[in-house]
Formats: sequence, C-alpha cells, structure tokens
Amino acid sequence: MNIHIPTPLRAYTGGAETVSVPGATVTEVFNNLTSQYPDLKQQLFNTEGKLRSFVNVYFNDEDLRYLPEKEATAVAATDELTIIPSIAGGTDAVSPCCSCCPSL
Amino acid sequence: MLHIDYANYEALRAHGEETYPHECCGVLLGKSDAEGNHVRQIVRAGNTRTDSAHNRYNIAPIELVKIQRQARGLGLDIVGFYHSHPDHPAQWSPTDFAEAHWFGCSYVITAVEKGKAAITNSFLLTGTSEEDKKFRDQPIEIAVAEQAQQ
Repeated sequence: MNIHIPTPLRAYTGGAETVSVPGATVTEVFNNLTSQYPDLKQQLFNTEGKLRSFVNVYFNDEDLRYLPEKEATAVAATDELTIIPSIAGGTDAVSPCCSCCPSL
Repeated sequence: MLHIDYANYEALRAHGEETYPHECCGVLLGKSDAEGNHVRQIVRAGNTRTDSAHNRYNIAPIELVKIQRQARGLGLDIVGFYHSHPDHPAQWSPTDFAEAHWFGCSYVITAVEKGKAAITNSFLLTGTSEEDKKFRDQPIEIAVAEQAQQ
C-alpha cells in the first residue's frame, strides 16, 4: 500500500513523498516501513513503541485512533496511509476577548 | 529565507483581520530548496479551537490530510503554516513552540492590532527531534509583480 510522508519526514525516506510498503495490517505495514527506513522509527514512535502523541495517521480518510481495530486493521494494496503531524499553537494570552472565549 | 509573492502575503494578513479577535490559521504550499521555502499558494484552514479561538489555533488533521493531497495534485509541498496573534506580538509563544513539529517548515505569525494587520514575522523550525528543535528568525522576501508597461 502507499504511505504518504509529510514534508519534515521525507529526509528519512530519501525525499520520497509516497512510499509503497507491503503488509496485511497497519502494524505490518509500519513494521515494514521502519525496516525499510530505520530512521523513521524514532520519529514516529516513542520509546514504548507507541505512536507519538503529535503524529496522526489516517487510513484513507479515517483517523487510525478511532478505527475499531486500530493498528490491527486489515489493509489492501489500494488503501492509503497518510502520516500527518499536528499543527497548533497560540499566543498564551490569558484574558478572554469576548463572551464566547472563556479564560484559560 | 521565506519567499512569497505580495498577493499571498497580503492574503494571509487579511485572513487575520477577518477572523479578529480570533486567531486565523492556514497552510503555505510551495517548494523548498537551498535558498529557503518558496510559497506558491496559501490555503485557509479552519480553527478548531472554538473554545479559545482568541489565543489558540488548531488545524484538524483531516483538513491537513486533504490539503497535503491538494498540494500533491499541484506538484507542491507543505512548506509552512501561518496564524495570527490578535493584540499580541508577532513572536512565537511557548505554546507555538511546544506544538511545532514540522521541521524545515516556516511558521508565519501576523500580529493583528485592534483588527488591523501589523507586523508579520516568519520562524523556521530547525532540528531533527523534539529534543533539539529550535525556532530561528527567518527573513521574508516579498516579490512584487512588475506592472505591465503602458
């Protein structure tokens, strides 16, 4: 199946935006991905082997975390995985600007 | 260096004025090379932090997936992000830093003072991991299209 790699992680896939990796489940695909590109492992997983909290993985258009079987989900060659780090931030200002914005 | 044309530069600043007093956010599509990040197109995104939109922003991951797909279709990459700081300086905050994970990408921040876009700054996220990452000030080069000769 194809895995789409976000810009910051392409340094670990030889610049490839899309890599094709075999596997019958998401776990197998990830194992094969990190075997093929070992430096990706510490970027994607913490020391306990869990996906880092800011790393989102989408199975086609579904968030892997909300799939019933999660990493055990069966995959077909035509499915796609997308790895997408989160993007967020803010000013750290503490006062509300209006009645719809509660103070932190 | 962040290279952006005047129209896109003004568009991302205008976005911050439109959403004031809330934060706006969006994605910069383009290409990267040794000279920096070159913006070809900006894509507005929704701020999911409706609980605290005046001082927080978050782009839904599924929206990012679709924007990355859009970029792929255009032969472009995600090269950065932008957001606004309503009535707050155009400097990255501890929250911006903690939530920054796109190494090599530009994080553009526009201060919007009383509804008017003021200073716009760009910061390049450098490093290779959460442990060694840093924001570096990144100069912005704004390309102004030459007017047609009459």
